[in-house]
Amino acid sequence: MRRISFKRTYFAMPYAVLGVLFVIVPLGIMVFYAFTGTDNSFTFSNFVNFFSKPAMIKVLFRSLGVAAITTVVCLLLAYPIALILSSSKFNKSAILILMFVLPMWINSLLRTYAIKIVLDLIGLKNAYAAVVIGMVYDFFPFMLLPLYTILVNMDYSLTEAATDLGSGSAGTFFRVKLPLSLPGIMSGILMVFMPTVSTFAISDILGDTSTYMFGNIINQWFGTQAGWHIGSAYSFILLVLIAVTMFIANKLSGGKAQPTGAGGNVL
Amino acid sequence: MENGKLHEKFDKIIEIRGVSKVFDGITVVDNMNLSIKRGEFVTLLGPSGCGKTTLLRMIAGFETPTSGQIILERQDVTGIPPHKRPINTVFQKYALFPHLNVFNNVAFGLKIKQIPAGTSVDKKGRTKEVFRKYTKAEIKEKVERALALVNLADYGHRDVNSLSGGQQQRVAIARALVLEPKVLLLDEPLGALDLKMRKDMQAELKAMHRNLGITFVYVTHDQEEALTMSDNIAVIKDGVIQQYGTPKKIYDEPANAFVADFIGESNILSGTMPEDFRVVFCGESFKCLDKGFARNEKVDLVVRPEDIDVYKGGSGKGQLTGKVLSSVFKGTYYEMNIEANGYEFTVQNTDEFAVGRTVELGIEPDGIHIMKKLRTANEYITEVTGENTVAICGGDFEFINSSGLEKGTRVKAVVPFDAVELTDDESDGVIGGNIAQSLYKGAYYQVQVYTDDDNDFFVDTADEWDNDDRVGIRIPPERITVTAMEEDDAQD
Repeated sequence: MRRISFKRTYFAMPYAVLGVLFVIVPLGIMVFYAFTGTDNSFTFSNFVNFFSKPAMIKVLFRSLGVAAITTVVCLLLAYPIALILSSSKFNKSAILILMFVLPMWINSLLRTYAIKIVLDLIGLKNAYAAVVIGMVYDFFPFMLLPLYTILVNMDYSLTEAATDLGSGSAGTFFRVKLPLSLPGIMSGILMVFMPTVSTFAISDILGDTSTYMFGNIINQWFGTQAGWHIGSAYSFILLVLIAVTMFIANKLSGGKAQPTGAGGNVL
Repeated sequence: MENGKLHEKFDKIIEIRGVSKVFDGITVVDNMNLSIKRGEFVTLLGPSGCGKTTLLRMIAGFETPTSGQIILERQDVTGIPPHKRPINTVFQKYALFPHLNVFNNVAFGLKIKQIPAGTSVDKKGRTKEVFRKYTKAEIKEKVERALALVNLADYGHRDVNSLSGGQQQRVAIARALVLEPKVLLLDEPLGALDLKMRKDMQAELKAMHRNLGITFVYVTHDQEEALTMSDNIAVIKDGVIQQYGTPKKIYDEPANAFVADFIGESNILSGTMPEDFRVVFCGESFKCLDKGFARNEKVDLVVRPEDIDVYKGGSGKGQLTGKVLSSVFKGTYYEMNIEANGYEFTVQNTDEFAVGRTVELGIEPDGIHIMKKLRTANEYITEVTGENTVAICGGDFEFINSSGLEKGTRVKAVVPFDAVELTDDESDGVIGGNIAQSLYKGAYYQVQVYTDDDNDFFVDTADEWDNDDRVGIRIPPERITVTAMEEDDAQD
């Protein structure tokens, strides 16, 4: 027995190597850059650079705000659709869910340019709205999939039990379905919030200077040789913020969440 | 008032009327009729896929019958959704809410329930009923009482996922019972428990049923469970109720070979009845307790394994001589396969007889249960009593005497089951009788009427009759076929 379990760990080795190579090492490099100056000596000056510029902090909060709005819109759009698609009437064929996921197969830049053309056609001028629409369109499947997965795998007898105990369909939704789909909601939120808070391509294409995102700023810093240290520090700040958000989110849903279907434990 | 109450008590609480359910072109429940009395413990028993769970789900309201009606306390509830029926279900896999603790699982229904709180008069002077919800204190008290009932008094704060299967089962029962339903439906509730646990829960469920007086409808494929717990059992096969009756009746007098086979181990044989109280099978003649069959009528018969006595070969005590083919010890008895006259009997005996030994088998008259082969008409050997009357079961029935049979002629009278009319008032019929048995045959009831001269009348009727009801029997003259007997037949 011991021998087998010893051997089994061997199978994890390639993943461990990959993990170290592509996750730990880059993170280490980023942290190294963030805490060093151009002369490679230890310094906090990169962080001072950020916190001393109110405009930068404003951009960060704008990014968080746009990401939050995008996430909420995605959730409000995706939940009813996931409910419908997971109902016994529609879940028989995978084609319907595929229709919603299919756009992911197309390059996101291409999709964003397509959206730009559509928005120009309908004459939408508001840059914020354009960015949010673009982000919702791009990240919608990441919200839909975890919600669909958790709803379609939900034990049907639970909703039947609720009905049996006197609960109407609205009551059954709020008392049983919604609380039990919390883990799906949580992973959907994280899957949308995390990328939208740091994306720069969408605001580049669809927005203007007023919709400058934190991702755009990081992108700019990395455009110059000397900016890598400051860019890394900005990335580190974003990383910490996302980690804190996820920690809070997991704590909020953790007590009630069920590890079924699309689990919320992305952290 | 007093009388009305009494009537209410023995009233039918659920009536299934001609209910069918078709899923994707497959008939799962086929024109079922069943009525369940208030306070009964009724088991729907049958192999998997027989339609028993579908029937239960239709009673609960999760499925709508394709045709037919479900009547609850004389009200048609066929189209009423589950949450508006005073019926609660204990689900097969309990279906406890994983996000709620034990207390909140049990309180789930109580928090929703609207209870009458007297009446109020609105602006236009109309009185209307007012409803309120249970208060927190009431809910707490009720939940605690329900948890105590299932022996989980201190478990309220526990997470349902931390409970054992048996405890989860108890929570599911408490959750359903706390709403004081008129009917409690149980869908194979003990299926997931181990044997010991199952036995304990059987006894507890039975005790709960006795103490609460709630009607239980229980679905299982376990015949032993059905026999130990039920007041009445409906044996179901292919969406059709094969027999409805008390466990004893179903075990001792199975309606057909399927029921006999499904309920307990049994030897099912074909035989003939040369005369009353005598049956011939396996080339031997046996005494039995059944009568009323035509001479040499072919019958099915059931002999339970425990009703066969085994004697040493050559002792002369048994009627059949056979050879032991196999023997298995079953804890309190040996189960042996013994071949005799070409039939392999399953025999249970406390003494073991070694494999290969020659033994004698004896069957007492009360160990043989005779079942009619499926027939569609009553036949009577009788005589013409007048110009156009024939004697059947002690009464003179009119018939159409087209071939001019004379008075006193020995005749065979054939009356199809569906030609017989039963009347509420005995005096409306030509003869009277007592309802001996009602069998659900899917589209109709097959009622056996025991006449005053000890004969049986089989009647196919759309109406249900209660056992021991007095009825009158009428037959339209054109439905009686009377033929003169052959000379050699008539001499008997």
